[in-house]
Amino acid sequence: MKDFVIPSDDRDLGTPAREGAPVTLQIDGFEVTVPEGTSVMRAAALAGLSIPKLCATDSVEAFGSCRLCVVEIEGRRGTPASCTTPVAPGMVVHTRNEKLRKLRRGVMELYISDHPLDCLTCAANGDCELQDMAGVVGLRDVRYQAPEGAGLANHFAPRNTSGEANPEWLPKDDSNPYFTYDPAKCIVCSRCVRACEEVQGTFALTIEGRGFDSRVSFGAKSDTALASDCVSCGACVQACPTATLQEKSVIELGTPTRSVITTCAYCGVGCSFKAELNGDELVRMVPYKHGKANRGHSCVKGRFAYGYANHKDRILNPMIRDSIDQPWREVSWEEALSFAAAKMRGIQAEYGRKSVGVITSSRCTNEETYLVQKLTRAVFGNNNTDTCARVCHSPTGYGLGQTFGTSAGTQDFDSVEQADVIMVIGANPHAGHPVFASRMKKRLRAGAKLIVVDPRRTETVQGPHYKAAHHLALRPGTNVAVVTAMAHVIVTEGLMNEDFIRTRCDWDEFQHYAEFVSDPRHSPEASELLTGVPAAELRAAARLFATGGNGAIYYGLGVTEHSQGSTTVMGIANLAMLTGNVGRRGVGVNPLRGQNNVQGSCDMGSFPHELPGYRHVKLPEVRAIFEQAWGVEIDPEPGLRIPNMLDAAVAGQFKGLYCQGEDILQSDPDTKHVAAGLAAMECVIVHDLFLNETANYAHVFLPGSTFLEKDGTFTNAERRINRVRQVMAPRNGYADWEVTQLLANAMGANWRYTHPSQIMDEIALTTPSFAGVDYATLEEKGSVQWPCNDANPEGTPLMHVDGFVRGKGRFIVTEYVATDEKTGPRFPLLLTTGRILSQYNVGAQTRRTDNVVWHDEDLLEIHPHDAEQRGINQGDWVKLASRSGETTLRATLTDRVSPGVVYTTFHHPVTQANVITTDYSDWATNCPEYKVTAVQISPSNGPSEWQEEYQAQAALSRRILPAAE
Amino acid sequence: MQPDKLVYMANQIATFFKSQPGDDGAERIAAHLRDFWDPSMRAHLCELAKQDDQVLDENVRKAVALLN
Repeated sequence: MKDFVIPSDDRDLGTPAREGAPVTLQIDGFEVTVPEGTSVMRAAALAGLSIPKLCATDSVEAFGSCRLCVVEIEGRRGTPASCTTPVAPGMVVHTRNEKLRKLRRGVMELYISDHPLDCLTCAANGDCELQDMAGVVGLRDVRYQAPEGAGLANHFAPRNTSGEANPEWLPKDDSNPYFTYDPAKCIVCSRCVRACEEVQGTFALTIEGRGFDSRVSFGAKSDTALASDCVSCGACVQACPTATLQEKSVIELGTPTRSVITTCAYCGVGCSFKAELNGDELVRMVPYKHGKANRGHSCVKGRFAYGYANHKDRILNPMIRDSIDQPWREVSWEEALSFAAAKMRGIQAEYGRKSVGVITSSRCTNEETYLVQKLTRAVFGNNNTDTCARVCHSPTGYGLGQTFGTSAGTQDFDSVEQADVIMVIGANPHAGHPVFASRMKKRLRAGAKLIVVDPRRTETVQGPHYKAAHHLALRPGTNVAVVTAMAHVIVTEGLMNEDFIRTRCDWDEFQHYAEFVSDPRHSPEASELLTGVPAAELRAAARLFATGGNGAIYYGLGVTEHSQGSTTVMGIANLAMLTGNVGRRGVGVNPLRGQNNVQGSCDMGSFPHELPGYRHVKLPEVRAIFEQAWGVEIDPEPGLRIPNMLDAAVAGQFKGLYCQGEDILQSDPDTKHVAAGLAAMECVIVHDLFLNETANYAHVFLPGSTFLEKDGTFTNAERRINRVRQVMAPRNGYADWEVTQLLANAMGANWRYTHPSQIMDEIALTTPSFAGVDYATLEEKGSVQWPCNDANPEGTPLMHVDGFVRGKGRFIVTEYVATDEKTGPRFPLLLTTGRILSQYNVGAQTRRTDNVVWHDEDLLEIHPHDAEQRGINQGDWVKLASRSGETTLRATLTDRVSPGVVYTTFHHPVTQANVITTDYSDWATNCPEYKVTAVQISPSNGPSEWQEEYQAQAALSRRILPAAE
Repeated sequence: MQPDKLVYMANQIATFFKSQPGDDGAERIAAHLRDFWDPSMRAHLCELAKQDDQVLDENVRKAVALLN
């Protein structure tokens, strides 16, 4: 465990970077060359001549209000603010002289006259820019005092010496669970307000009043932080130079003394963070400004929701039991592992080599995932490995693989800054990928156009200072019809990029495709009846995408989790190729991945048909590489996918499962079927932080470690390989890769890894796209995007620049096929599911943090029209039933959903939205059709019978016997 | 595995390839099954194809013949 210092500049340079022609000027006698448009302040900071400042910080544009950064420029009058003054060729700047010193001291004296002098007991002591600047300008005295007989003229003293209340004083707002707002310490520099606007794009903060009455305010004067629009991203806290906006963890634990750069373990954006600590006590997570995915921004989950690591529910000792109706028994690691090994070997002896398998975790590191698939391939001797990508982006793998030749997303996140038309399909980045959403919204506020294809009017459709040009609110399940109709418009109106198609794509296949989409039955007018999208709106959207400049497509699980998920992905690839929007900045096809390492888990060979690097197990030359490296023979036939494993279990053919860091009982569709599959197995090994829902059916529980407790790498949606660094020892005793190794060795393997870097070396040795990746490279570069090898030593920010990976891009005919999940008299409504900002996936982590203040239960969104017909009022308990099952939850009435469509989230096991979802799945990959379920809603007065039974079984199953002394 | 589910999945694959140009639908279905279905699933499908009461797409039947 060592502190990691990236050898780049981590200082605050005062104003943002600019791109432009070099300009040379002189500052305090030193020649400095910077890009045109750079501020004098930044130029000076780059030269190591930092100018005092308070209202400037390099995450937001200059504001010029504090006047502390004044300089003298030869030939110019007065003392301009260096933050708002751009450099000019030959400019001669003086940052230090007697006049400037006096001015700065005067400014500082005024600031300090209205600031409490409680520095020693202040939470920002030692981490306060006001304190630092008072020191830098040499402030020694504050002469201002309240005039005799007059009232108090400050904002920080609650009462005067006679005990009278100070009307200017405002109490601390500690309504937000993670930070406080103390108006008494505010210097009204406006950095928080600007961060909320420019970085996050929420505009929750404002400056209320004028002059001496100016106060930072969360919306209206009466609003608290929690009651306001604030999304608790932490950008304001980050920007605040004083203790005004302060993390509660710092108030409680003290200022951190060391930091380690690591990667967030929530969504697929993969933000870099500085974990700031005292000893091994984590004080706060601060977004890392040189993180290339997040560029110094964060969301409420990564920034604040890490408390689950120390939650009382966390299981720290291995446990076993012979059957699931018994309570758990805490045992030693040796006993648990030999119990598990004996069970798995016993099952294989009785039911055959292929009767067991693994599920790798998209939350664990690349190295851990690699070992789990190696466990099944090299130790179990089969290819029964799958991962949660099965139930999210497996259609992306198939669809983009068929059209472009690789499943990889084509761009980096920076690319959005050059996009002119952004099409978001079946995704709600505002909630699911908030840091990317902030970067996208910034571009939208700068004038880029937005097209949203989603059945709901999500938060992404409209926000402060932007609104989608077109929201195509389609009926769930009709993605293919909409995408094909867009292609129809582009082809029949001659808006395609013929040059691109001729040079980059297979022209013969394009001919077939053009003929197919030109058929009048694919016109927007013809498909309107199916999709519910007005033809004129769809035509306008298609024209905008084809002609509006750089067109970038971002999509999510609203595309993939359908019976035709793979077909829609191909349709999206077709649209990008038709319009020539592949292979440069600002364009591309960008799958927004759900989990932190779902990209990595796919890269690492988690699928049953592929070895690491997306190479089919049928290929003898690929098997030979791994057979040589591992010293075993590899099964040339594909193994079982998750739904197949469960089906085979119910049929009595699949008996043992090692499931690392995934809760299939809560996250996979048709809960009853999953439960039946798990119940039919003889040995279920759950390796997790908590006794999750799947563990109710487990025989062995191996405690897991959090991302704070181990070394490794995560790969985000941009294919960026980021380091995860251990900041504290594993509370359970072992990092997850060590546990997998112990299990493998208990089953007779002889693995001898002593550090995850050795696992990465093995990955690089066997997998061409990772050939240039090792920990030394990652230390040096911070991160790289695969492919990283001899051909691309610096990694690959953009894919398909000179040609598609497969050679010529393939247009594939995308015929719409209606899903068999249809509404009818019994189930007349369509349910679709999704996420909320504050909660993550099945909620195992976020439910165990203060994030529950924003979302403590799953709600059913229903249109007022549908609610009225059923006699349902806001907040009523309702029964939600499908042909698979039924559950109850509370309703919320909103026109975000269209009549006929209802929506809920799946963050809480009490609701178990997946009891409702069915076993329909994508034709190519078996990715479940989560997004379309025919349902009926009716008033209810309590939990369903199933919910009661489930709770009872869960309570029984979670009993733990006291450890034997 | 549940026969109806296997049949349903196989027919879904057939529906996609039916929409594609060319007359090699059965070959492409067979290739897809070989690439993505575990051998026990393929064997089960072959068994089912022998039964007349299964509503298997014509191209799936042809593909099954190619699998053997």
